[in-house]
Amino acid sequence: MRAVVWISEDTWEGCVDRARALLPEDAEVTLLHVAPTDVEEFAAGGAARLLGRHPPPPPGPPLRAIAEEEARALLEVALARFSRPAQTDARRGRIEREVLDACAGADLLILARDGEPHLGPKSLGPRTRFAVDHAPCQVLLVWPEDPPSIDTIRLPPHLR
Amino acid sequence: MSEVVALVVLAACLAAAVARPRWAPDWAVAAGGGALLVAVGVLSLSEARSAVKALGPTVGFLAALLVLADGCRRAGMFDALGAWMATGSRGRPARLLAMVFVSAACTTAVLSLDATVVLLTPIVFATAARLRTNPRPHVYACSHLANSASLLLPVSNLTNLLAFRATGLSFTRFGGLMALPWLLALLIEWLILRRSFAGDLRRSGPRADRPTDHPELPAFALTVVALTLAGFALSSLIGIAPVWIAAAGALALALRERPAPRELAGAAEPAFLVFVLGLGIVVHAASVHGLSTAVDDLLPHGTGLGALLAVAAISAAVANLLNNLPATLIILPVAAVSGPGAVLAMLVGVNVGPNLTYVGSLATLLWRRIVHAHDHETDMGEFTRLGALTVPPVLVASTVALWLALRVI
Repeated sequence: MRAVVWISEDTWEGCVDRARALLPEDAEVTLLHVAPTDVEEFAAGGAARLLGRHPPPPPGPPLRAIAEEEARALLEVALARFSRPAQTDARRGRIEREVLDACAGADLLILARDGEPHLGPKSLGPRTRFAVDHAPCQVLLVWPEDPPSIDTIRLPPHLR
Repeated sequence: MSEVVALVVLAACLAAAVARPRWAPDWAVAAGGGALLVAVGVLSLSEARSAVKALGPTVGFLAALLVLADGCRRAGMFDALGAWMATGSRGRPARLLAMVFVSAACTTAVLSLDATVVLLTPIVFATAARLRTNPRPHVYACSHLANSASLLLPVSNLTNLLAFRATGLSFTRFGGLMALPWLLALLIEWLILRRSFAGDLRRSGPRADRPTDHPELPAFALTVVALTLAGFALSSLIGIAPVWIAAAGALALALRERPAPRELAGAAEPAFLVFVLGLGIVVHAASVHGLSTAVDDLLPHGTGLGALLAVAAISAAVANLLNNLPATLIILPVAAVSGPGAVLAMLVGVNVGPNLTYVGSLATLLWRRIVHAHDHETDMGEFTRLGALTVPPVLVASTVALWLALRVI
């Protein structure tokens, strides 16, 4: 079985722990991280809106270098926490598209809920939801912490 | 005929500033355009001279502020802010967002929108990334506050600086009238961003597995900025124009940091100063040849709540079409006739409005679409949705607050 475990900044620990507990020993595992280039471009390219101004680039390493270094470091600690042999895959671009591309040829995608901490549709952020809805393989959706209890459901009035 | 020529030259200046062609730098097009309008007799030499005279002090003030902000960067103020946010947030994204709000609101108010966009935003990205949290909410907050938090002081935004003289207000009274609109803008931005990114901000535990740098606090630069602010506040009492206080602050930092003369001159962005002067002449020509009458027909007069809201909304729309710098130059002469209240309402519009497009205007957005047509990595839909959520309530609340302030203070 080939499994892709999608690691992201806010939920990686729980995701890695559950993947280790649930995946069979002989699974071929890839830990995936995607750095969203739009935020980076957004943080660096704001000068476009300063009509007529041509400020010099800010000092320090370019944001791309920072993002790549952090992605590498995150995959390293995730691999250490996984404590089983696995490959790592650091990608850059639009998150939705990169995750789907990384799933090509995989049997299973493991990802964590990254939304609000109660049961219901809002427990998935927009990008996670996209991946769940479009993944070309089986999907295992985990809670990064213990799942919330049943009384966190916000039911519409007619179902209460 | 004159009006057509003036409008064509104005369009050429804006096109050059948006498209930034190598062979026609925007400052050269603006300066050349101004000269051309004088040469063909659309504008008399004396009219052009009075337009330059009217803008001169503002451009000098702008140069001093640019050098002051650059001095703060050189002194390491933004690195120190980054370290302060990294330590103070204790690894909690929601706490980091609060600290980004404080940093961006203060940076924008005191050192202007440019400082937040160019200097603070990259630091915020790096800080969030190093804390291993998704930088999206923090970068968006920075970008939004660069606009919304630029309501407070005459020095917070170039638009305010251009309008400051026309209001006839003292520095302190300007700040006093804009304080409540500014606070409400911050509050609304906080509530909406906090809610929109609730999922990204929920992590509660600290996760600092790496030590953060502790750069030395730039005490000298902070003192200079504090004294400059105090000087601004007292400027009308002691009878010194704020431009000289800004110049003194910039000089103090330059003497301390001793940058190379070339760097110091570069920090003042001379090309941009020429662009502003040139654009000022061109807009003046367009205004006397019919543009003012057109704006006058569009803009309601008076300082009632309805009129102020309409002025803010129209200004926001024009700023979104063209960018807020030309919008201010075009609307200001007409709004100034109705008094300081209308000018401040215009500023609410041109300052907050641009949050609808991340590049500052539809003109720039369209241009970038054309240039990056093949590049799918730029998806600004999310930013635009966030702008659509925040801009209308901030415009209305800030304008109502301004109307109240005008009646009470």
